[in-house]
Amino acid sequence: MQDLIRRYGAGLTGLMVLLVAFWLLMLVIIPNITLFESSFRPYLPVVEMGGPRDVYSVNNYMKVFDGSVETTILGMTFMVPVHIRTFFLTIWYSVTVTLACFVLAYPIAFYLAKIANPKSVPTLLLLLFVPLWVSEVLRAFAWWIILALKGPLNSLLLSLSLIDKPVRWITDYDAVLIGLVYTYILFMLFPIYNAISSLDTNQIEAAEDLGASRWRIHWRIVLPHSKPGIASGAVMVFMLSAGSLLVPSILGSTTSQWFTQTIQQWMNDALDWNTASAYAFLLLFLCTAFVSLVMWIFRVKLSDIAK
Amino acid sequence: MHKLRTTLSHLYMGAFLIYLIIPLVIMAGAAFNDSKLPSIVPWRGWTLRWFHDLFQDERMWTALFNTMVVALAVAVISIIIGTASAILINSISGRIRTVIYGLMISTILIPGAVIGISTLLMWNKIGVPPGLHLSVLGQVSYIAAMVMLLVLARLQTFDGALEEAALDLGASHGQVMRRILLPHLYPAIGAGGAVAFFQSIENFNVTQFTRGGADTLTVYVFSRVRSGITPTINALALIMITITLMAAVWYELSRRRKERIMLAGMSRDED
Repeated sequence: MQDLIRRYGAGLTGLMVLLVAFWLLMLVIIPNITLFESSFRPYLPVVEMGGPRDVYSVNNYMKVFDGSVETTILGMTFMVPVHIRTFFLTIWYSVTVTLACFVLAYPIAFYLAKIANPKSVPTLLLLLFVPLWVSEVLRAFAWWIILALKGPLNSLLLSLSLIDKPVRWITDYDAVLIGLVYTYILFMLFPIYNAISSLDTNQIEAAEDLGASRWRIHWRIVLPHSKPGIASGAVMVFMLSAGSLLVPSILGSTTSQWFTQTIQQWMNDALDWNTASAYAFLLLFLCTAFVSLVMWIFRVKLSDIAK
Repeated sequence: MHKLRTTLSHLYMGAFLIYLIIPLVIMAGAAFNDSKLPSIVPWRGWTLRWFHDLFQDERMWTALFNTMVVALAVAVISIIIGTASAILINSISGRIRTVIYGLMISTILIPGAVIGISTLLMWNKIGVPPGLHLSVLGQVSYIAAMVMLLVLARLQTFDGALEEAALDLGASHGQVMRRILLPHLYPAIGAGGAVAFFQSIENFNVTQFTRGGADTLTVYVFSRVRSGITPTINALALIMITITLMAAVWYELSRRRKERIMLAGMSRDED
């Protein structure tokens, strides 16, 4: 700080500190404190706000336990509250999306970093970047067209005689998963590509010369080296999937519900901002806890992720 | 065996590119199909009427205008805050740096719905009504962190001795900032501005909760997809993809030109 004042003077330093303070306090910390505080207040008509009924309680959080539905897990049937079910399905499917993105993107990242002709890599990267610049809503919409019952995918499969009647793709969570993988896979690809690029190719060649099998080279050399990239990609894809509102809204079916959709219903349909706050806080808290747990298991730090 | 594996990897790369690009081609193709529903099958003949309909749509033009204003505001504010944060973070160390840096980075990971609702609640409490101005603030809260990361990376290659020299030669503090530090950071600030602009155009979650009644392009497309969809959205998609492609091609060509100039320079050195 002393150094800053010496270089840029008290005025400019003060201005920079103010800007950072505005960002962190007014745009991040205080809004989140407000969210937390509101989540404990009841939803009241304007005239009753601050009145005798405006007291703190955990009632908003308790609403996740309302209304049970029958759920089958591993062949056993349980009664599970509907919002809790939505929440765990959101987490579960976000994990599935993250794993699918990793399995699909890892070979591409390795290919770009170690196999492809270095001269063609910039062009390939550029081609990969094009879908990333197309907005998320349009990418989800593109899959809505493709997966429609009378859409191009079914006509193609029918004309190839691979299926004999149209498949209903937009059912349950199927289309949501397809859409999420397509939308977020590049957030997995680029961090892993960056990590593998920094691996010295000599290490791979040395292992080859010493007779290591292809699998062993990946397991013992490439994967450990790219761990920060994988962790970074996984955290990004997981948080983006769990927090996505567009893809589940566009590609969801009547039986699919994403937790962000539940929040939106409290906010915009029920107009109960306090319960929406409680649910939003739950999403933030549990996703953060989940990500921290995964980072602890893989021994990576937050600063590794933002590279 | 090795050869086969290489061929397979080329094939996989090709398949992956097709997987990424085909959906966009199908979506764009449906813009020309003379069918009320957006699809390429069954093909009912070529038409340009969806483009015509799109240009007639007042709501789309308003949404486009709003999107541009919001994106510009987000880019400018994010550049200012992000650059200031990078300079500040670069000059502090120890535990306080870890805490502030962690806080800044974590904003990228906060779900958009949470940012949207918390921004709306706080400003509503102090009497600011919902609207696109809140969308700007909500978007800045995490886009500033992206700009900060880009500028911070660029700061690592900055030689602080240049500033010392300027100060010794009698430069004012403002001159050191404007003439020495900022010019070094301009590439990163430019890239940050572009990232911020595109991120803002893309944004849906934050905007959805803070926008009040106003439309942005993403919200407009979303509401059209949900209700009464016609291929006008495909026409809009085609236009947006074309602009993206042109930007990408322009970027690639200028990169190649730079490379050629570099190579030419090197071969001249060898002569």
